[in-house]
Amino acid sequence: MRVFISSVYLFLYAPIVLVVLFSFNAGRNASEFTGFSLAWYGKALGNTFLVSALQNSLIIAFTSATLAAVFGTMAALGMERLGSRMRALFDALFAAAIVVPGVVIGIATLVALVAVFSFVNPTIAALWPGDQPPQLGLGYGSIIAAHGLFSMALVTMIVKARIASLGRDIVEASGDLYATPLTTFRLILLPQILPSILAGFLLAFTFSFDDFIIAFFVAGSKTTLPIYVFASIRRGVTPEINAIATLVLAASLLLILTARVLMREKKSKSGE
Amino acid sequence: MDRERFQERPQGTDVTSASTNDIEFRSVAKRYGSVTAVSDINLTVPKGAFVALLGPSGCGKTTCLRMIGGFEQPSEGMVYIGGQPMNGVPAYRRPVNMVFQQYALFPHLDVEQNVAYGLKQMRPRIPAAEITRRAQEALEMVRLGGFGKRRIHEMSGGQQQRVALARAIVNKPKVLLLDEPLAALDKKLRTAMQIELQSLQRELGITFVLVTHDQEEALSMSDFVCVMSTGRIVQIGPPQEIYDRPASLFVADFVGKTNRIAGTIEPGAGAVLLANGVGLAKPARANGTAGPVMVALRPEAISLVRDGSAALRGTVTHRIFLGSSVEYSVEVEGLGDFLVTADRRSLNDGDLAVPGERIGLSFDPNAMHVFPA
Repeated sequence: MRVFISSVYLFLYAPIVLVVLFSFNAGRNASEFTGFSLAWYGKALGNTFLVSALQNSLIIAFTSATLAAVFGTMAALGMERLGSRMRALFDALFAAAIVVPGVVIGIATLVALVAVFSFVNPTIAALWPGDQPPQLGLGYGSIIAAHGLFSMALVTMIVKARIASLGRDIVEASGDLYATPLTTFRLILLPQILPSILAGFLLAFTFSFDDFIIAFFVAGSKTTLPIYVFASIRRGVTPEINAIATLVLAASLLLILTARVLMREKKSKSGE
Repeated sequence: MDRERFQERPQGTDVTSASTNDIEFRSVAKRYGSVTAVSDINLTVPKGAFVALLGPSGCGKTTCLRMIGGFEQPSEGMVYIGGQPMNGVPAYRRPVNMVFQQYALFPHLDVEQNVAYGLKQMRPRIPAAEITRRAQEALEMVRLGGFGKRRIHEMSGGQQQRVALARAIVNKPKVLLLDEPLAALDKKLRTAMQIELQSLQRELGITFVLVTHDQEEALSMSDFVCVMSTGRIVQIGPPQEIYDRPASLFVADFVGKTNRIAGTIEPGAGAVLLANGVGLAKPARANGTAGPVMVALRPEAISLVRDGSAALRGTVTHRIFLGSSVEYSVEVEGLGDFLVTADRRSLNDGDLAVPGERIGLSFDPNAMHVFPA
């Protein structure tokens, strides 16, 4: 049994450890370690294509996570006021959004966007007074929309769980003590749910930053970091890719750990 | 206190002077979809009274309290506070404060910030120095002076309870609502808080409305008890009246302990015929009742006698020693088990009946409460 478990972890983590290890390899060969070096990191960060892909990824991740945090929180607060049957329905829909495979979301989003564009663009063109009507197309907007929509479900689930654990009592108590609903939100609710909103934001950021599948479908000509990595893999695995992978891994782990700490801290405080 | 003002108002009666009443319910009903939580609630509470809404869980007492607080709006009828109609007025515009069952303190604020919260929301604004002074005062009043900077989770259950109380009374509300405020405390602390609440109420002169399912709490603390069952008010009166003259079998059963005896009254007859064939003189109050009846008899109204003069005889099955009193269970043939409470002093020097002993049950027939079965 012990051997079995050990081998499961070995198969899971050995490749990752190798990637990290070989990102520090001085040589170009992926099968022998010839000495410690940071050369590949330097090379990766000197690669303008890679840096611009990284920039794209950061912009998309930040924007989509912000949108997801704002709208996800609003959805979670709004769902509090629904009747039990409607709430169960929305719960199921949000859960479904998380379960649906990325490929399906990617294709579905692409099809939907193309359909919308083919209707909207001619309409704008017809109404536009000038010569060059603006064209909606795939790019930043479409990736941000697709990621934001998906992560919104994530944020909603996390914030909703926090609100549920708070109970209606303190909200009612605040109202009882003459606070308007807006003041109650500002002084009582927001301080209590802020860590869960931040946790949701970080998870949304991580998801968007790492996502390849959905982005691949709706990116158009834009290149995000995962798309760049995928493209360059076809030219063979270089230690440069290892270096990028290690950076992405480190950043993701950091964000997820922060999110976990934020969620756990509040849980233990409220559980007294 | 004038009891007349307090009584359940018959429907259609017009307003008396509103200024003497702090709370008034007029034909109030609350429905959730097809479920009726309360209906036909008519109630007036005079200024400065301590009233308890008493009933089993699900009787609608909390719904009534929440309608005063503004957390629920009545489906029918009107709720008045201090003579002002309150229908549609949200909780944050009502001159009442509530002590919640689980206290509902704000965990991210310290004790003083919790207490000052209501004062800070008041418009026109109160100067910060005065807010601090009044918060301190309220904390002193609940004997928590010096605890202002503590975090909520550093306080014990009893202390949190008092913080919740201070947070409510600091605003000097017209009415203080208490939703089972002592339910989470242990028995000793509960008794102490009962006394504390009572003296606080006299000191402040604020109207208190207490919701409780604990009849002892309701009887011991309040000036008036409003007994509720299945969404309706079944009796309103001072505690002693509720206990001594229950309006129904439900009240007799719910408030205090009661022996229930089945019987019949022949029309025009002067006696109650119990199910085991024994006839007893009909109590004066039971005039006009006829047919099958249920007799309610308090355990302390019965005394155990050995001389054979008693109308009912039975066998002692259990004896429970309670210190100041002794509880007996006596099985009477044809009528079932009787609960008898005997004050220890009334028994000759520890002359206690023993299980298995044949014994007589003696009581004044006027102690019987007769209700149509």
